[in-house]
Amino acid sequence: MAKEMKLACNVVEQVEAICDKFGNKPGELINVLHEAQNLHGYLPEEMQRIIARKLGIPASRVYGVVTFYSFFTMTPKGRHPISVCLGTACYVRGSEKLLEEIKRTLNIEVGQTTPDGKFSLDCLRCVGACGLAPVVTIGDRVYGRLQPKDIKTILDEVED
Amino acid sequence: MITITIDRHEVVVPANMTILDAAKVVNVEIPTLCHINLEGTCLKSNPASCRLCVVEVEGNRNLVPACATKCRPGMVVHTSSPRVLRARKTVAELILSDHPNDCLTCPKCSDCELQRLVRRLNCRNIPFKDGERMERKKEITPAITRDMSKCIYCRRCESVCNDVQSVGALGAVGRGFGTIVGTAFGKTLGDTNCTYCGQCVAVCPVGALTERDYAEELIADITNPDKVVIAQTAPAVRYALGEEFGLKPGTSVTGKMVTALKDMGFDYVFDTDFGADMTIMEEGYEILDRLKKFLAGDKTVKLPIMTSCCPAWVNFYEHEFPDLLDYPSSAKSPGQMFGAVAKTYWADKMGIPRDKLVVVSIMPCLAKKYECGRPEFKVDGNPDVDYSISTRELAALIRRSNISFDSLPDSDFDTPMGESTGAAAIFGTTGGVMEAALRTVYEVYTGKTLPHIDLDQVRGLDGVREATIDLDGFPLKVCVVHTLSNARMIMNKLRAGELDYHVVEVMACPGGCIGGAGQPYHHGDGTVLRARQRAAYAEDAGKQLRKSHENPDIQRLYQEFLGEPLHGKAHELLHTSYSDKSIK
Repeated sequence: MAKEMKLACNVVEQVEAICDKFGNKPGELINVLHEAQNLHGYLPEEMQRIIARKLGIPASRVYGVVTFYSFFTMTPKGRHPISVCLGTACYVRGSEKLLEEIKRTLNIEVGQTTPDGKFSLDCLRCVGACGLAPVVTIGDRVYGRLQPKDIKTILDEVED
Repeated sequence: MITITIDRHEVVVPANMTILDAAKVVNVEIPTLCHINLEGTCLKSNPASCRLCVVEVEGNRNLVPACATKCRPGMVVHTSSPRVLRARKTVAELILSDHPNDCLTCPKCSDCELQRLVRRLNCRNIPFKDGERMERKKEITPAITRDMSKCIYCRRCESVCNDVQSVGALGAVGRGFGTIVGTAFGKTLGDTNCTYCGQCVAVCPVGALTERDYAEELIADITNPDKVVIAQTAPAVRYALGEEFGLKPGTSVTGKMVTALKDMGFDYVFDTDFGADMTIMEEGYEILDRLKKFLAGDKTVKLPIMTSCCPAWVNFYEHEFPDLLDYPSSAKSPGQMFGAVAKTYWADKMGIPRDKLVVVSIMPCLAKKYECGRPEFKVDGNPDVDYSISTRELAALIRRSNISFDSLPDSDFDTPMGESTGAAAIFGTTGGVMEAALRTVYEVYTGKTLPHIDLDQVRGLDGVREATIDLDGFPLKVCVVHTLSNARMIMNKLRAGELDYHVVEVMACPGGCIGGAGQPYHHGDGTVLRARQRAAYAEDAGKQLRKSHENPDIQRLYQEFLGEPLHGKAHELLHTSYSDKSIK
């Protein structure tokens, strides 16, 4: 992984403001993490340390919560986050093959981001579009009834 | 009070008592791996996670954990019914399915609570094979070895690190099979705010957390004819070492320990108690110095002065309170004072070059292993104390040297750094350093003999103890705390300007060094600590000299070599400075 960049001053201030908004209460840790991740896209070490200091809890506890919930991530998301649905309907209609194809095409694993920062890859369970199974979302766009051979085309279509 | 039935026994207990504790009243020992409660101290952990203490309660459909189930009137409990035994055995087998079975070569072999349990439950095979096993990299720090492949997730270490010590270096990380009790961001302990207090090691039921072992270095040095190897033994070692050889806790084995060290090949065996008397001279005079300035109206003087003998406590304030580093005494710990004097005064006297002299400290402590490697305590890269071994490591070395400990005759420490007073003898218990310092401070300040030498106000095991000592009309307010959560409470008050003491003693481990992480494992038995504490006070009471400033060898050392306390050579060799080590 690339060496972590230092957070910009305004990001530090914003994260501190989020903690203040929740009264710097240790019990608000998950809410704080939610907002911080919304703000910044991911939760790098430095940000977790700021949160730990503000809430007056050990960094190990913040890190423990971040690593426990799959929602939280310490890797920066790509500009176009890809999610492959592995819910029951999509799964039986072959979404695992789509996932393999995306991994192969982009040469990344689940949870990773391409070196150019364009795509990141995750899995989820059901987007509520089972009629379109198997489903992949890229950013806000939903692609349905896909086959592995479609993957290259839809990835190429995504413009930065 | 309510009456319940446990197996064949009727027992009357308070209503809020757990079944586990109620069973102890009638000597029914329900097994557990995660529960620990060191009575008399605040060391407790009860996550109710191991499920080995399950029992059957009549009328309940499911088995219940004895550690987390309160007694109810008329309750009928079966602790070893066939159903309970079957469930308990399955739980043990499941733990074994994910545990390496290299017991023969494990450092915890024969002291392992899991091993004992498996024997007790008569597990003869491991039915759950080919389970997912997490191989983890072993981490060796200067003080602690972490082998997380052996972790059984009892989370005692996490409780101790967070609740008892308020350090929070360790916590549960990840989820499911990938869960590990680890550090923030997977750093090595040395890159966290870990203080090396080692209390995680003291409570680990298995071999996941152990001390860094220096036995091989020691044997290499002892057998090297070019080296002169000297030992110094800490106050708390002598009344705990015997436990490793089957003696009752609190049995003082000073003479046998000295003989054993000589038989092992140490060239000279000295006493850290001598260093403790030196510490009182320096710390005591520093207390007096600050007091006099304070009474003369000096507003800049930092009070309370805090003791600085405990290396985990030093690490703690360097990490957590870098803005308050002017408050602790600048005096080095007794072990480091001893090392500094041994490698100058004594080495010169004996004509031994510094690089040929090896000083080994035998300590109840794991943080000492780190302390002696601190750069401040080295001269041209050569440390004042070369390395530190724990009470447990010493016992292992004695066994390995084919020494029958129990039948050893007594020997005396070598001179001149073997003579010590009763004040030094109590250094190993919480309150001991304070009492020792006050004996000297009182007499030097008032010029009078102390009327009552036993300062009962500062004795005991309560987490925070306060006392006021009358110094010729001046009420000296003192406070004694042990465990780092109590220390944090004191430091937070100091930061907030709410602290009204002149002197504060802090020891990181529960009970002080008697409960140090290098001591024989107490396995949660609080009576062990109390027995060691009694032994410390008994040794003090039996000494002819009980005040550090009356130690004739100390007086000679100051006359011949050190000069005045706090000044010149004494300052240069016996004092140190602290730096901001907070994690940014």
